Amino acid sequence: MLLVYCPYCQVERPETEFSCRGQAHIARPADPDTVSDEDWVEYLYLRDNTKGVYAERWRHIHGCGRFFNAVRHTVSDDFLAFYKAGEPMPDLDTLAKEAGK
Amino acid sequence: MSQPFRTEKGGRIDRGDQLTFMFDGEQMQGHKGDTLASALLANGVHLVGRSFKYHRPRGIVTAGSEEPNALVGIYRKGDQTPNLRATQVELYQGLEAISQNRFPSLSFDVGAVNDLLSPLFPAGFYYKTFMWPKSFWDRVYEPIIRAAAGLGRPPKNPDHDSYGNIYEHCDVLIAGSGPAGLAAALAAAETGAKVILCDEQAQFGGSLLSEANATIDGKAAGDWVSGTIAKLSAMDNVTLLNRTTAFGYFAHNYIALAERVTEHMSDPDPKLPRERLWQVRAKEVVIASGAIERPMVFPENDRPGILLADAGRTYLNRYGVKVGHKVVVATACDSAWQAAFDLNDHGVEVAAICDMRETPPESLVSIAKARGIRVEAGCVVTGTLGRKRIKAALIGRLMTSGQVASGGQIDCDALLMSGGWTPTVSLYSQSRGKVVWDQDKGAYVPGVSVQKERSVGGAKGLYGLQATLEDGYAAGEQAAKAATGKSAAVTRAVASGGEAGSGGTLGAIPHDRNPARVKAFVDYQNDVTAKDVKLAVREGMQSIEHIKRYTTTGMATDQGRLSNMNALQIASGALERPVTQVGLTTFRLPYTPTSFGLFAGVSRGDFFDPVRKTPSHEWAVENGGVFEDVGQWKRTWYFPKSGEDMHAAVARECKMVRETVGLFDASTLGKIEVVGPDAAEFLERMYTNPWKKLAPGRCRYGLLLNDAGFIVDDGVMGRLAEDRFHITTTTGGAPNVFATMEDYLQTEWPDLDVWITSTTEQYAVAAVQGPKAREVIAPFIEGIDLSAEKLPHMSVRECTFAGVPCRLFRISFTGELGFEINVPKRHGKMMWETLAKEIEKHNGVPYGTETMHVLRAEKGFIIVGQDTDGTVTPHDAGMSWAIGKKKHDFVGKRGLERPDLVAEGRKQLVGLLTKDPKVKLEEGAQITSRGAPKTGTPAEGHVTSSYYSPALDRNIALAIVKNGQALEGKTLYVPMPDGSIEVEVTSPVFYDKEGARLNV
Amino acid sequence: MKRYSFLELAKNAFSAHKNWGRQWRAPEPKAEYDVVIIGAGGHGLATAYYLAKEHGIRNVAVLEKGWLGGGNTGRNTTIVRSNYLWEESAALYNHAIGLWQGLSQELNYNVMYSARGVMMLAHTVHDVQVAQRHIHANRLAGVQNEWLTPEQAKDYCPPLNIKKDIRYPVMGAALQRVGGTARHDAVAWGYARGADDMGVDIIQNCLVTGIRRGADGAVEGVDTAKGFIKAKKVGVVAAGNTTTVMDMAGVRMPLESYPLQALVSEPVKPAFPCVVMSNTIHAYISQSDKGELVIGAGTDQFISYSQVGGIHITNHTIDAICELFPHFRRMRMLRNWGGIVDVTPDRSPILSKTPVQGLYVNCGWGTGGFKATPGSGHVFAHTIAKDEPHRINAPFTIDRFKTGRLIDEAAAAAVAH
Repeated sequence: MLLVYCPYCQVERPETEFSCRGQAHIARPADPDTVSDEDWVEYLYLRDNTKGVYAERWRHIHGCGRFFNAVRHTVSDDFLAFYKAGEPMPDLDTLAKEAGK
Repeated sequence: MSQPFRTEKGGRIDRGDQLTFMFDGEQMQGHKGDTLASALLANGVHLVGRSFKYHRPRGIVTAGSEEPNALVGIYRKGDQTPNLRATQVELYQGLEAISQNRFPSLSFDVGAVNDLLSPLFPAGFYYKTFMWPKSFWDRVYEPIIRAAAGLGRPPKNPDHDSYGNIYEHCDVLIAGSGPAGLAAALAAAETGAKVILCDEQAQFGGSLLSEANATIDGKAAGDWVSGTIAKLSAMDNVTLLNRTTAFGYFAHNYIALAERVTEHMSDPDPKLPRERLWQVRAKEVVIASGAIERPMVFPENDRPGILLADAGRTYLNRYGVKVGHKVVVATACDSAWQAAFDLNDHGVEVAAICDMRETPPESLVSIAKARGIRVEAGCVVTGTLGRKRIKAALIGRLMTSGQVASGGQIDCDALLMSGGWTPTVSLYSQSRGKVVWDQDKGAYVPGVSVQKERSVGGAKGLYGLQATLEDGYAAGEQAAKAATGKSAAVTRAVASGGEAGSGGTLGAIPHDRNPARVKAFVDYQNDVTAKDVKLAVREGMQSIEHIKRYTTTGMATDQGRLSNMNALQIASGALERPVTQVGLTTFRLPYTPTSFGLFAGVSRGDFFDPVRKTPSHEWAVENGGVFEDVGQWKRTWYFPKSGEDMHAAVARECKMVRETVGLFDASTLGKIEVVGPDAAEFLERMYTNPWKKLAPGRCRYGLLLNDAGFIVDDGVMGRLAEDRFHITTTTGGAPNVFATMEDYLQTEWPDLDVWITSTTEQYAVAAVQGPKAREVIAPFIEGIDLSAEKLPHMSVRECTFAGVPCRLFRISFTGELGFEINVPKRHGKMMWETLAKEIEKHNGVPYGTETMHVLRAEKGFIIVGQDTDGTVTPHDAGMSWAIGKKKHDFVGKRGLERPDLVAEGRKQLVGLLTKDPKVKLEEGAQITSRGAPKTGTPAEGHVTSSYYSPALDRNIALAIVKNGQALEGKTLYVPMPDGSIEVEVTSPVFYDKEGARLNV
Repeated sequence: MKRYSFLELAKNAFSAHKNWGRQWRAPEPKAEYDVVIIGAGGHGLATAYYLAKEHGIRNVAVLEKGWLGGGNTGRNTTIVRSNYLWEESAALYNHAIGLWQGLSQELNYNVMYSARGVMMLAHTVHDVQVAQRHIHANRLAGVQNEWLTPEQAKDYCPPLNIKKDIRYPVMGAALQRVGGTARHDAVAWGYARGADDMGVDIIQNCLVTGIRRGADGAVEGVDTAKGFIKAKKVGVVAAGNTTTVMDMAGVRMPLESYPLQALVSEPVKPAFPCVVMSNTIHAYISQSDKGELVIGAGTDQFISYSQVGGIHITNHTIDAICELFPHFRRMRMLRNWGGIVDVTPDRSPILSKTPVQGLYVNCGWGTGGFKATPGSGHVFAHTIAKDEPHRINAPFTIDRFKTGRLIDEAAAAAVAH
């Protein structure tokens, strides 16, 4: 049961209030008709699935309902950052170094 | 005499409170404060169980939760709970216990033949045999193995006890209440921090409860414990939880505790839960789980009467029980000597202290000599005599060559052993910390903290009472400071006595016996011997994980707490590698076995999953409705009249809807309010259909795909105003559709000015369907014109129903004139009862989901999830018309263009009519192009829906068939076990193809 | 290889079992192999075994970062069945069932395949429809599967609660009698022993750190903790770590790795005769030969390589077990652990050539790979040996995600209306 911080509500809450929605910063192509099958499969299915520091999407589904992003280490499950949707992805290497992982 | 092994005085039992209990049908006496184990020992009973594989007689070895042998079944309320440790079971009046894994009795067990045949049963023997003849494994070998394996008998009846569940937060959680835990609690509590102190035992105090001589602040250790607990319990910021095991350490300092609430009482208050699960989010954790003593691995080290030295001391000092009248102490470390001295103080004859070490500390030797105790230094136990109780110990002298010379035998009725101490690092390990090898201590100890915790005292290999107290105070202060930022001065207690000892041994003890003939047990319960570990290594098992799995050492109910370190050392020797290169098995939760009921808690019956009921629920119950589960909803399936079966009821309901009118509760459909200047644009992007030109007051069917191009949901969207839509989803799909919409809206199209709100629970919905539908609703609707001209099919209006606000949809899922009336949920019951009364006047019927399914199938309307399965595109479903041709983009559009989704030969929705109209196809039946297909013939498709159609007076079906749309009029086959059924492919619309009945 | 038998066991008893040889060697890697398999789990070892046995390719190394059989092979709930919906899946898993039936004799290692029957419960009308569809599809495909009424289900599994007053009453069950369980470690060990005997080098504690490709893009070998090993063909069978390994060759995979938990109770005398699964309320249970109730739980909602899951996941499963088998409430959990499962978008595995010449991948088994072990190894060995898929694994390409030709077992159980 992870402890998740919602950057909108600015509170820590147990994981069961949230829904994890996979890797962050995968934008749906703006003009899908012009996208090749290869690029469409990239958008649909291909994920970094990183063993290490990973930016992923969470939604405070049983709270404010907002989507936000979190950086988590997928081996320790420790969170290294939380930020609102639309904000840029922090530098993952820097975060990893700060956390000593 | 009753309780012949009870001391005359001492111990923490209540001698004034005598309790009667039964063990294997024999009545015995004990006292309040006893465990079952201490009471049995007081009665001179050591033999309490049989081992797993060889069925060897076994006795009590420990005084704690790590007990491998003394597992018993306890009867309560006519059923038994298996595998409880007698060392943890508190005695109560009338307790009934039975021994396990023996037949017909504990003292005569036919399974003991395995012990004689043991040369045939080395580690892993079952991998090498029982393979011939092939068919014998399931039928002969495995049933025999299964019957022989297992320990206790499982409970026979459903458990009627309840279980509680508490969520808690605290600043500092302390697991364990020995000297380190108590000191930590004092120090942390003094700062005002919110503290939880838990201990698996009935009484707080840990090792201090077994202490006879040491003092703290000049008081007897036990008195200091009582004073400390009294002080802590008076503090509002401290929660004390005895009988509570910290069994799981999860991510982000989330700790699970199991509290045993009633099992120690003979007649508990039935309102109390049997056990209670505490889930604690702790800012900081102090692990004060102490250390446990290690057995010595010498031949025949498993006889009843052989115990760990500290257990012997605990039984004596805490419970007032002597483990024997004549005791041999075998040790490799100092601590066991104290056990000998304490026994001697109570008049027990200590036949000898055999210390492996050539020169045990002179201070100890001189005390022993002063007491007249025989001391054998450089001496090992090489075997024991006696079957159901030890009679004598064989001893040997360690030579400088490493050989052992026979040293004769010493008669005894009990033997206490100590191979040294092993820190209990389970919780630390569960916290994902990596243990490190401490060569000096000969033990794995906690390494760097990964989570916010610290181990103290014995749990990190720190011994000696004063040092442990100091460590506890420091850790408590530090934890509180880290959690709250506060600190406080606490007066630190000073101890006298209880000094740390030294010494210890790991692995097998050398001996002079024939190694082929003797068994020296490493894992008692699973009957794993030193030979087994060596055999595993000989056979190529190198990792400790392989050795564990091959021999089953460490896989018993103590999870290797007693055996791991000895097994590791033996493996290390056999592999000729240092211990650190052999590896260590992972400690997993739970720390000790934990009831399933505790995890399940209150999740039983209706609380297993919330029940969602519709506004018509009570009415339906009163009127004989039969329900089906759809997601969490209870929906009325059909309304049988007396004497009707489902078929008859559904046929009647269908007929009446088409002839007069029917009433259906559609409240379970998902509902979403889409509002804002960009509402139409948002739906344009989400659904396949075009929305921008839909006029306010009109509705349209909408199809939702995923971005892969497959149908995931459908519904009807009513446009209430330029900027407001009331849309519906399927019942099961509602949460996902809403979540998907939020996802696209918030993360892909934040530029859209739209708000979406789930309103599923805000509206009650009644569908009134049938030729008389307008007449039925007319008396109650005010504010709008219901005529076909003013309110055509696929319209929506806001009005009132019986005076309450209402959204009225003129839509139909039956093919008849139909209305769906949405009123605020609080008026749902009124609406339903009003309409139910009204339809009677028109000879109408209430109908359930089954009739709804039949009626829609007659019209060829799909049910997402039944006629589609996540692999069906709009084209496959014959719904290309639902795709807005001019749309630039919508969810699923690009996916739909992928090669396989536009390929020839896709499966498409069709209707099927059996050649014999009386034959009803089975849903899910496969379809082939030829009759009597050979096994392995690929299916052309399958039947998705199949019903008797009262309107057509024949059976009809919907199906998904390869190239189906081109096969209309062709014959296909549905192979069944008793032959193929001929079917004709038709249009999926069976009834009123022109839709004339809708537009009235 | 010394054959195992009761007689051999008896003979060795006289020499105190001192003369048993190693089940497999602990060789140092050679400079070059014909084929390198990355991952010594059940699937990887079976692949090596069949490469040697069926294709005569014996110059094979199986590289393992930890200990053989230490990943999902040794962490699963050991369920074997083949009653999958799609013809492609049923063919693959049924191929495995065929091999399971003679596997102990084939390997001369008792893998304890026990056809105790796998019963999949239906709790709703929709469940019944889905189960019936499976049964019909399976019958046509020649896969054994049959429908049981609640009473028949209770006859087959007496502890089952079929009372109508529980939250989700049992409406029936699909039973596959040839389904059952096997001893997971023995499967890994049996294949390891068999492969080793034919010359395959199983190299443990040998982490692969890179996959080298030549100027033409084809595979040249692998960098490891024990140095570079040359090989023109490399098969990746790394389960939860597949993404990481394939990244070394520059191939992106449609995979996500989730923690999956399982647990056992303390051992008790025989209490549970078969395997029962309920997808609707998430309960998977059987009893091992040792007497432990073996229970499978679900995955967490986030990817993780920690092999640890949340307690709420376990709670949810035990809720369901106690609801279906209320007398197990007083039984106790002995051990709870986790594995890392690699999940594809359509929940079906990938057994395929890759865009890189000489690189093959076997992954994506999700929560149910153990049952396929022999079949998976068998067809994957064929794929590597012939550089083209076996008829049975031909549909299980990586490419299907691009074209949309999914084998969607999850969608087939779609939630209804």
